[in-house]
Amino acid sequence: MQTYDLEANGLRGLNSALQELNGSSNKTAWEIVNPKGSHAIAVGLNAPIDVTINGSTGYYCAGMNQQATVTVKGSVGPGVAENMMSGTVIVEGDASQYAGATGQGGLLVIKGNASSRCGISMKGIDIVVHGNIGHMCAFMGQAGNLVVLGDAGDALGDSCYEARFFVRGSVKSLGADCIEKEMRPEHIEILKDLLARAGADAKPEEFKRYGSARKLYNFDVDNAQAY
Amino acid sequence: MCGIVGLFIKDKSLEPKLGDMLTDMLITMTDRGPDSAGIAIYGSEAEGRTKLTVQSDAPEAAFDGLDGALAEALSSDVSIRVIDTHAVLDLPAGKAEEARSALAELRPGMRVMSAGDTIEIYKEVGLPEKVAERFNLRGMSGSHGIGHTRMATESAVTTEGAHPFSTGLDQCLVHNGSLSNHNALRRKLRREGVRIESQNDTEVGAAYLTWKMQNGASLGEALEGTLEDLDGFFNFVVGTKDGFGVVRDPIACKPAVMAETDQYVAFGSEYRALVNLPGIEDARVWEPEPATVYFWNH
Repeated sequence: MQTYDLEANGLRGLNSALQELNGSSNKTAWEIVNPKGSHAIAVGLNAPIDVTINGSTGYYCAGMNQQATVTVKGSVGPGVAENMMSGTVIVEGDASQYAGATGQGGLLVIKGNASSRCGISMKGIDIVVHGNIGHMCAFMGQAGNLVVLGDAGDALGDSCYEARFFVRGSVKSLGADCIEKEMRPEHIEILKDLLARAGADAKPEEFKRYGSARKLYNFDVDNAQAY
Repeated sequence: MCGIVGLFIKDKSLEPKLGDMLTDMLITMTDRGPDSAGIAIYGSEAEGRTKLTVQSDAPEAAFDGLDGALAEALSSDVSIRVIDTHAVLDLPAGKAEEARSALAELRPGMRVMSAGDTIEIYKEVGLPEKVAERFNLRGMSGSHGIGHTRMATESAVTTEGAHPFSTGLDQCLVHNGSLSNHNALRRKLRREGVRIESQNDTEVGAAYLTWKMQNGASLGEALEGTLEDLDGFFNFVVGTKDGFGVVRDPIACKPAVMAETDQYVAFGSEYRALVNLPGIEDARVWEPEPATVYFWNH
């Protein structure tokens, strides 16, 4: 285990040390102490390493992650795991806005609540939120799964494509072209796997599935007035 | 961008440290707003007295003999405390409006930053650290305070464009965001007789709250009104003589974090601003909900 004091040694030193491991297959473990809400901690990683951040972080923690497992023992600011490609990011506290935005793969687990725009423009990432999510989550979501054990705010899945949304609690409102859909056996299987990997104590049967009504996909002459 | 910090003290033993804690918070927010900075401090109150904080670009000439001249104009005792480009004039209670008119004649070009029993506002162009040094913010004590670091968008980088804005006795407001209906609202409020001095969007927000409260709204009701009547992006943190309030617009794209312990309530644009507060590890830390009014009273 390598320990890095962020307050004493600075952000550039940390990210370059972690990025130097990119491309290697060594499963080393790192602990970052004194993050004190700093931005862009552990970004651009591309190696199967374990990084634990002891405290809360600012903007863009674990952005563009590939392969690495990043655990935050605190809360995160806006844009955690933005554009993640693979690997796992676990937030033990809450996440601010646009968590997992544009993520293309990997698993983002938020054990507290996520605020607005969680999973905006998601493109294949899986996101599991143990608490609630705010408004406009998964706006223009294209692929991947957003699982919410608590409640969802306004306009869930507005203008979404093929991303799937599973919500156990209430949904304040659905966005344009987002509808409730039938939960089929294959969805139960997807959900069972994600809940297990996210350490979530919930039954797949308790969730409802939402997704695209596919009405906004193509130009429809009857809507010409609206353009 | 812009950065906001705010601190509402619950435990009186922390009051002497208010300026020190707020200064650290303000400097941490420098990269959100490096062009100007300002702070409103709710400090000591003297029975039967009120305070006017004024600013001048030529302080030596403006403040020289000002106490005597104003005392003569008001036929009452006036004292002055000069702090860099600002001065705090101490007057008999109820004389603030009269003093404001007298000052416009005695020292044209001098700006009134704030008026009230406890409020003092200090703001200038420059890095937050430099602004804090000029006014010795660290040495100030008080029951609550609000600070702002500015990255200008809607009006020029000038002293009067810096925050906080005060448009009513003991009231102040800071803002992160930009209002899009401020011109129309400014005209409307001016017709209603509300004083608005600059072309700045935030001052209109402050004036709107003042106008609501003049018409009987509580601070909480006035903040609720912003959600209906203001268009644009805003995180507002406001102060009154004994209150401290927060509201975010329904889109809530401007960042905000709050923390509360038995000793204080704190606001920061980012968590970084709060990390050195006492007991922050065990504080309740949360992101204020969109379109939701929060306020605390002493």
